[in-house]
Amino acid sequence: MMTASLNAYVIVSAVLFAIGFFGVLIRRNTLIVFMSLELMLIASTLALVAFSRVNGTMDGNVFVFFILTVAAAEVAVGLAIIVALFRRRQTVQIDQLDTLKN
Amino acid sequence: MAQFLFLLFAIFTVLCAVGVVVNKNAVNASICLILCLVGVAGLFVLLDAYLLAFVLLLVYAGAVAALFLFIVMLLDVQGKETFGLRGFRTIAGFVAFALLLAGIGSVALKGQIVSSPPVSVAGGAQLKLYAYQLFTTYLLPVQIIGFLLLISMLGVIVLSKKHEIAEDAQ
Repeated sequence: MMTASLNAYVIVSAVLFAIGFFGVLIRRNTLIVFMSLELMLIASTLALVAFSRVNGTMDGNVFVFFILTVAAAEVAVGLAIIVALFRRRQTVQIDQLDTLKN
Repeated sequence: MAQFLFLLFAIFTVLCAVGVVVNKNAVNASICLILCLVGVAGLFVLLDAYLLAFVLLLVYAGAVAALFLFIVMLLDVQGKETFGLRGFRTIAGFVAFALLLAGIGSVALKGQIVSSPPVSVAGGAQLKLYAYQLFTTYLLPVQIIGFLLLISMLGVIVLSKKHEIAEDAQ
């Protein structure tokens, strides 16, 4: 059941990645920056699955397993860091987290 | 039919991704993230990766996005984000977005990814194939990933613990 070409899947994945990248660059809320990061991970996952399907191998699919695991661990640690940050600074806006600037 | 479904899921996914990025409210953004993940899971089903679609929904939409919602509600951030389209970083963001889109366009219009016609893994990628790969070729990475999960669990516990010494110093 794969009538759409590989190009189409890769384009969708790249567009998703671009949107996530845009979000990381433009948003100031740390939580939404983090969500955009997840979007970029998902985009790479989609490309891996598409390539794996076209080549008829399992390697891409297994890699997606590992990516999902690492993403789950990353989300847990990242959100813990954000909560610790909020506890210390009472804000999650990137503009106000500029201690290293001066 | 599959073509139509592909278009449907692709457009749905991209729209929800845009929703994640442009939404001012963090709760709405995480709901959009869940919908986007559902779209990606649909694309996975079209790619015959049924197990991965299921795992994606279970782990991402079920656990990760729910965790996001929890944290958003826990922090209770008021919608005071300065979402002004000004400043150097915004310009840089637009330029980077345009460059990425130009790259995608060139891939779409000129580049043709040469590949043999899709080899069908018998009846899609089956659970047995995953298990075989995970326990033979990728045995060491599986162990390392397990260790990574343990480390991240410990790290979260340490991070979310209150530090009395630091509190005293304040």
